[in-house]
Amino acid sequence: MLQIDRLSLGRGDRVLFAGLSVALQPGELLHVRGANGCGKTSLLEAIAGLRRCAQGGIRSTPDELARHWIGHRNALSPSLTPRENLQFWAGLNGADAGAADEVLAAVGLGTGVCRRAVRSLSAGQKRRSALARLLLQPRPLWLLDEPLDGLDADGIALIAGLLRDHLHGGGGVIMTSHQPLPAGLPAVRELALDRAGQP
Amino acid sequence: MSAVAALLRREVWLAARSRSDWLMPPFFLVVVVTLFGLGAEPNDPRLARFAPAILWVANLLAALLTLERLFRADHEDGTLEQMVLSPLPLYLVAACKLLSHWLLTGLPLVLLSAPLGAMLGLDTAAVVALVAGLALGTPCISAVGGFVAALTVGLPRAGLLLPVLVLPLIVPVVIFGAGAVRSAQQGLPVDAPLYFLAAILAVCVTLVPWVCSAALRNAVD
Repeated sequence: MLQIDRLSLGRGDRVLFAGLSVALQPGELLHVRGANGCGKTSLLEAIAGLRRCAQGGIRSTPDELARHWIGHRNALSPSLTPRENLQFWAGLNGADAGAADEVLAAVGLGTGVCRRAVRSLSAGQKRRSALARLLLQPRPLWLLDEPLDGLDADGIALIAGLLRDHLHGGGGVIMTSHQPLPAGLPAVRELALDRAGQP
Repeated sequence: MSAVAALLRREVWLAARSRSDWLMPPFFLVVVVTLFGLGAEPNDPRLARFAPAILWVANLLAALLTLERLFRADHEDGTLEQMVLSPLPLYLVAACKLLSHWLLTGLPLVLLSAPLGAMLGLDTAAVVALVAGLALGTPCISAVGGFVAALTVGLPRAGLLLPVLVLPLIVPVVIFGAGAVRSAQQGLPVDAPLYFLAAILAVCVTLVPWVCSAALRNAVD
């Protein structure tokens, strides 16, 4: 599904990591671990296509667009409601805008919350709204940067359920998390980046 | 097509939620032009001679008020990253943002300028030339300003940098736009300056979305 060959990434003059090679198979979750600043987010950004690689390459199937990227920032306009934000992303990506309510309900956001401006929501509700984008249209590869940040126990259990369903359906996930991963996820593989940024 | 409609609809939603953002430029234009009128002697015929420059500069400064935020909010909340990764080409995203800026800021300014021109003593032919010139010139201001906003989106205090970079680039638009009004006041044909404005607009429409998209891609990298 995804093959990374001798990848090197840098930020400014600093080399984040060099010579990273790893593969992701369908149905597998790759958990990227490491200290702050070791390049976890940069690795995910490079896989998403947001960051240029210094060396090496990333090959994926079936195509470039078949991935969801949920970064640190939620990509929600604060003055719009979660429903309007989701309808916008659905329209931009060619998905069904009418499914916005349904996917927001699937991440535990009721009608009342969906009609309030994002700026009035809690951090956990904003994170759930962002994660609802994963369900707008099926894409085989999910790239999640600290997806559990701000979520309560129910939210973590709910996201764990989404991850399980996605992995059982043959999808792949690459995610970073400083929190322990929820129990019961199938095919989890760890990728540790050390402080010097070496795998 | 639905992606373009979604982008434009979102800009309208955002404008509807932040009324002060899109009401500020028309308000600024009215206040500045009115102050010129109040500052001059009553019925001073010289006011009509300076009206083209007053109206064009006031329009330019009013349009600049909202340009800094054109891409900044999207950059800060992560929306820009997702736009870069969306199936819609980034130059179309940039083109939609520029079009929405003109529709929500430039077009109201064009419409308001007609009564303001009459208030400053412009005759009918001059008002028509003013509106025609602004209709061609304000999209150029949105385009050039949008390009500079994209270039500076990741920089701190870009709001101070933006006018310094945009104003020199927009000089030809002001020269030909105000020139068209002066020609009309003197009973001369206004075709030549309007054609020049149309040519500048054609260059902007053709090139700016692409260079804008390159600047935005660089901002998220």
